[in-house]
Amino acid sequence: MITIKNINKSFEGKQALYDISATYKPGECSLVIGASGSGKTVLLKTIIGLMEADSGEIFYGNTLLNSLNAKEKKRLRREIGMLFQGSALFDFANAQENVIFPLNFFTNMSKEEKLERANFCLERVGLTNVNKKYPSELSGGMQKRVGIARAIALNPKYLFCDEPNSGLDPHTSIKIDNLIREITQEYNITTIINTHDMNSVMEIGDKIVFIHQGHKSWEGSNKEIFHADNQALNDFIFASKMAQQLKGCTVGTR
Amino acid sequence: MELKFVTLRDFINRNTLKSNFFYHIGHYFLFLGQVFRKPEKWRIFVKNFFNEADKLVINSIPLIALISIFIGAVLVIQTSSNMTSPLLPKMYIGYMARESLILEFSSTMVCLILAGKIGSNISSEIGTMRITEQIDAMEMMGVNSASYLVLPKICSTTLLNPLLTLMSIIVGIIGGYLLVQITGIIMVKDYITGLRFAFTEYYVLYTAIKTSVFSFIISSISSYYGYYANGGSLGVGRSSTKAIVVASAMILIANLILTKIML
Ligand SMILES: Nc1ncnc2c1ncn2[C@@H]1O[C@H](COP(=O)(O)OP(=O)(O)OP(=O)(O)O)[C@@H](O)[C@H]1O
Ligand SMILES: [Mg+2]
Repeated sequence: MITIKNINKSFEGKQALYDISATYKPGECSLVIGASGSGKTVLLKTIIGLMEADSGEIFYGNTLLNSLNAKEKKRLRREIGMLFQGSALFDFANAQENVIFPLNFFTNMSKEEKLERANFCLERVGLTNVNKKYPSELSGGMQKRVGIARAIALNPKYLFCDEPNSGLDPHTSIKIDNLIREITQEYNITTIINTHDMNSVMEIGDKIVFIHQGHKSWEGSNKEIFHADNQALNDFIFASKMAQQLKGCTVGTR
Repeated sequence: MELKFVTLRDFINRNTLKSNFFYHIGHYFLFLGQVFRKPEKWRIFVKNFFNEADKLVINSIPLIALISIFIGAVLVIQTSSNMTSPLLPKMYIGYMARESLILEFSSTMVCLILAGKIGSNISSEIGTMRITEQIDAMEMMGVNSASYLVLPKICSTTLLNPLLTLMSIIVGIIGGYLLVQITGIIMVKDYITGLRFAFTEYYVLYTAIKTSVFSFIISSISSYYGYYANGGSLGVGRSSTKAIVVASAMILIANLILTKIML
């Protein structure tokens, strides 16, 4: 369970986040949606402590992140899996070694066990023949999936995904979404996902926070989102013709 | 409530004293404090140490050998053209070529060259990892990225570069020998007598220590600039330029100080 209270964050005088509070429960996929530049990535990085908030509190369970010393923070981070927006795979390691990297540091597994675990994670994200390929030899979508495999290698308690399915075809994208939901429920992980993919919202949006220009503008589930009475949110969801037509259908059948 | 935890990077981003010289000195030492932590796992460190030794030291052998052989030859020509007096024995040419190589060329000049080669390699590699969030990814896993990435580089260059210096001295002397042999500018016998004349072992130690210190300067400063690179690929370019300029300047200053202390 992650709780954030009144987070404010600014860059050189320009405010990026205004007074954001939210609660994220384990076993649930919590989505953060919003237009490009609305502050999703900044929010995620603030929650995990890669950026420092100007004010506000972040609780992991009952521990206040800001009160931890470096060592305790390190221990907490071993329970966090993170997929970065640009994947952030290590250039010096191939796909398999990327997944093995955290295992090398934080487990005492034998070489075979590590390989087995890496292959299991890679298979889990639907990658089978790329184990020996380096990040520069992988497509963007493949890199994302290796990133997810690396994030789940250590069985994290908290999983953060920054746009896990941007740049993926609809089919793979749905597979990734389902995968994230499966592991979230299976291992009771607290999962926070940044996205602007409406498919994901429909598929896995147990809980959705909508960020508009740095403000939390709406909060609810994917069942409520289509009937929300929030202009900015409606403009965001129904930006495409397809979504508008779909809306016509649902409203018609209601 | 005011948050207490400040990541070093955020601090630097926010700080308005960014260009302040003393500010950089302070942060350089804070950075070294992060680097010189006990490695999480020694096995990983040893593996990286040898990787870096290969990439940074072994890979520099051809360049240093090439330069040394030519400089050795040039030193012989220049000294002999400056020693026209018939009263001075010709063997002094070999002696002076040897002394120049040992005292200055094979440590200071070689390290200035390495500052360009190794320095740009290190700072652009680490800088790219910074801007593509690979360093953040490491930190997120709970790995001390500064120690993991930088310590093997500093250790391998500081410990092994003196071997490059030794090689440079030997190759330089061979260069001079080949020149003497081919052009007959002086007698080979004289050159060899000169090489053996008044040899001080201490100078070799002195030059090896200088190289160690310079290598530490190169690897730590270029790592520092790479580690705190920001602003995309332009930022990486900027930081590697800065790294080379600052490292070279520091080498010159350290050279002066070490020479004053040790000779
Ligand atoms: N390191 C930084 N320095 C200064 N400003 C920043 C920095 N990072 C983000 N910002 C600003 O914060 C705001 C929010 O950016 P953020 O990256 O969170 O957007 P986002 O919602 O993730 O967008 P996208 O969907 O395109 O990834 C933007 O206006 C951006 O300019
Ligand atoms: Mg983003």
